[in-house]
Amino acid sequence: MSDMETFVDRPRGGIGESISRPDGEPKVRGAFAYGSDLWADGALWARTVRSPHAHARILSVDIGPALAIPGVHAVLVSDDVPGERLYGLEFPDQPVLADDVVRYVGEPVVVVAGDHPETARRAADAVRVTYEPLEAITDMEQATAPGAPELHPWGNVLRHIHIEHGDPGADADVWVEGYYETGMQDQAALGPEAGLAVPADDGGVDLYVTTQWLHADRRQIAPCLGLPEELVRVHLAGVGGAFGSREDLHLHIHACMLARHTGRPVKMVYDRAESFLGHVHRHPARIWLRHGAARDGRLVVVRARLLIDGGAYASSSTAVIANASTFAAGPYAVPNAAIDGTAVSTNNPPCGAMRGFGAPQVCFGHEAQMDRLADALGIDPIELRLRNVLRPGSVMPTGQVLRSSAPVEELVRRCAAIPEPPPRSAAPDVLELPGGAGNVAGPDTLRRGVGFAIGYKNFAYSEGFDDSAEARVTLSAGPEGPLAEIRTAAVEVGQGLLTVLTQIARTELGVGEVRFAPHDTTRIGSAGSSSASRQTMMAGGAVHAACVAVRGELLARARAALGLPAGADVEVVDGRILLEGVPLGDIATLLEPPVSATEVYRHRQVEGFDELGQGDVHVAFAFAAERAVVEVDEELGLVRVLQIAAVQDVGHALNPAGVTGQIEGGTAQGVGFALMEELVLEGGAIRNGSFTDYLIPTILDMPAMVSEVIEDPEPGVAYGAKGVGEPSTIVAPAAVAAAVRAATGRRLNRIPIRPDDIVGLREPLPWREPPEVPDVVFQTPLPAIWLAERPGAEPAQPHRLGE
Amino acid sequence: MLVRLRVDGEWREADAWEGSSLLSMLRDDLGLTGSKNACEEGECGSCTVWLDGVLACSCLVLAAQAHDRDVGTIDGLAGDEGDLHPVQRAFLDSGAVQCGFCTPGLVVAVTDLLERDPDPSELATREALSGNLCRCTGYVKILDAVRLARRRLGEP
Repeated sequence: MSDMETFVDRPRGGIGESISRPDGEPKVRGAFAYGSDLWADGALWARTVRSPHAHARILSVDIGPALAIPGVHAVLVSDDVPGERLYGLEFPDQPVLADDVVRYVGEPVVVVAGDHPETARRAADAVRVTYEPLEAITDMEQATAPGAPELHPWGNVLRHIHIEHGDPGADADVWVEGYYETGMQDQAALGPEAGLAVPADDGGVDLYVTTQWLHADRRQIAPCLGLPEELVRVHLAGVGGAFGSREDLHLHIHACMLARHTGRPVKMVYDRAESFLGHVHRHPARIWLRHGAARDGRLVVVRARLLIDGGAYASSSTAVIANASTFAAGPYAVPNAAIDGTAVSTNNPPCGAMRGFGAPQVCFGHEAQMDRLADALGIDPIELRLRNVLRPGSVMPTGQVLRSSAPVEELVRRCAAIPEPPPRSAAPDVLELPGGAGNVAGPDTLRRGVGFAIGYKNFAYSEGFDDSAEARVTLSAGPEGPLAEIRTAAVEVGQGLLTVLTQIARTELGVGEVRFAPHDTTRIGSAGSSSASRQTMMAGGAVHAACVAVRGELLARARAALGLPAGADVEVVDGRILLEGVPLGDIATLLEPPVSATEVYRHRQVEGFDELGQGDVHVAFAFAAERAVVEVDEELGLVRVLQIAAVQDVGHALNPAGVTGQIEGGTAQGVGFALMEELVLEGGAIRNGSFTDYLIPTILDMPAMVSEVIEDPEPGVAYGAKGVGEPSTIVAPAAVAAAVRAATGRRLNRIPIRPDDIVGLREPLPWREPPEVPDVVFQTPLPAIWLAERPGAEPAQPHRLGE
Repeated sequence: MLVRLRVDGEWREADAWEGSSLLSMLRDDLGLTGSKNACEEGECGSCTVWLDGVLACSCLVLAAQAHDRDVGTIDGLAGDEGDLHPVQRAFLDSGAVQCGFCTPGLVVAVTDLLERDPDPSELATREALSGNLCRCTGYVKILDAVRLARRRLGEP
């Protein structure tokens, strides 16, 4: 693009404005078609029969009683899977329907379809499965203990990351040693898993489904159906939130199998209880940290040992442990580090992607360590952070040189400077107090605490994965003026992607009217997943590139039509052609045939880990700081968060209201993680799989928020915009936990913090020596090694690591 | 089981399953999918409707209980010409919508609140909306939307 082609004016609704979302009006009307709203004439309703055991052998499956129920059209078992029996996001390790063994409570065994939801429910209840229970691994440290049952052919270790940097044996003046745990959080997207599978005359199937990545779904579905990919057409259904929970398949293959078996459309929607069983969760983590510092506060060495529970199947655990390991020391320059992180398999529910992807867990640990170090050194915690923060050019424990914009120091200073809320009034409303309407806290027993945390996250995929996004932009003469149509398989999950893509098209093409073609796998290439805070960069980059190409062609047509030389200073502004700033006419005359361009965006190439965990593994980084002010009733162990101050490094806020919406929503999930959200397991079974028992923050739980952004553009990215979805979720739990520690003086080394922890009924988890490093090949995912080495090995599916 | 009720001002009837909730009848039998099903146990508020003018979680009401009664839903909130209700407009303009799954229930709940109390305090607003879960927004912009709608509804 030459400077001559630069647009002088931005059209209304371009980048930098807080325009409202293109899908907003149908959503406020109740007219937006979510997956659970879809219907087709003659459709059947489907239901899943799931394992009640954490680990058991299936002795028999009797489907007769279910088939005998009037209105039941199909009851399918593992032998009915037409193609490959196993699928998986990164490795095909998960049965479509359990065959001989079940490995977690909730694993699908049988699927049924009937003419009414109640018919399907009764049919599912009528299926008789007999099991022989097997010894189950329900604690992550059991997985590598001698004599533990081996859950998979490659053993119980999914991946071990070993990072060694500088001299990990370096000595220091002051040492702080800490053990930390985080619980199993659920994404709890309000929209349930839902899909409608429609059999097609060509022998294929059309699946309308809630997802985060259409093409990855197709890649996994097609082999299991025994169909070529082109006969599996995956279409996006309206998605009611995702937060990582829709990266893995849920009902996709089941609904397609039932539709192809019955020749009828099949609708499948999980209820809330099944939703908790039907998607992955945030990995529970155990974290051992030793920090050594010089007297002046400079970090000298960090030694970390991480263990995360991957549950029964691999999902994205091998990438989560890589992320957790690379971020274990926090956004600080540490010259010497040894970090060992292990992801293991157990008979607990599978864990995988959730907003933050391994970083919230370690942030809770490293920020607690920084506070304790500050205490040990007698240095203000903010000051201690300022002495150690990463800066452009800093070297991270992986040896990666920080090439991102990195205004970390400014983040810390800005966040610390936000005014704290004033002391509360003498006669507060009970709703403002810890415990709220429970009316249990008296103002006399309250203590205020302030906590601070900083953290960071990569955006886009890491470790050398070939990460790309395709988009097509077509500019035509619409009935009401020029119309830009964007075709992309990138998924809107609520985050505001379509808004940003609309703004990019308006900015680059100088037109107001932007529409989207349906999002599917048939007419456009993959856009990658709506995860890893990557779509503004990736899909945005592709739309940007396609718009630039369309504009180039349009201007070439303008010059040709006007008989101008190639270098003539022609522009398009608000749908008009300008020559040296003077309007010459409407571009509609140039849009027959329409101008179209398809572009694929790739970010800069990164690399994998070497044997010492060194490498330029991440593409770019975004940082955040949050400060929490809480009030704690020490007698009853109740917490009220009074204020969250958030400052985030966003590169360039393409839609400022959308950005603060991400910060606020991400913070809410972090507040929940710190204080209330945990799936409680008993023998591997989820005991609180409902919204009555799994609590997410309500509007009464959430405090006032002050959100600010720092715009320091990221080099090499369209508009310098960073991903904004995850950083607030990473730092909020650590900040809230620090505030409760400050209010109570207690250690509180496990989140979520429970009332028992605050009143002292439950002691802090004691320090103990970490488990031994497993005797496996480091860095490489073990399933990948096994798949490559097995007899008659086919090429493994492409890995998508280091999200 | 034939159930007859007045939905958004129009008498409708359907042959509903005996165990059907009002929510299921609205969604599956009458095709009114604006009310959402996210928990089916009255915790999330996504299915909020008016039953004889009083807010109710339609997932907790049997269809049979709504027989011969008056039901108001999100599907009928916009004006006759399709113009948005001021509360719907305020949600859009405040950026209070992300995934939008909680939005229909919240719009109904906010509309009800402002009809009962045209000038609610922030605390009263929070209390009134505490039965509506939102997983995306952190509620900040939902409170903004309530303030905006209150202001616009208060203007002559």
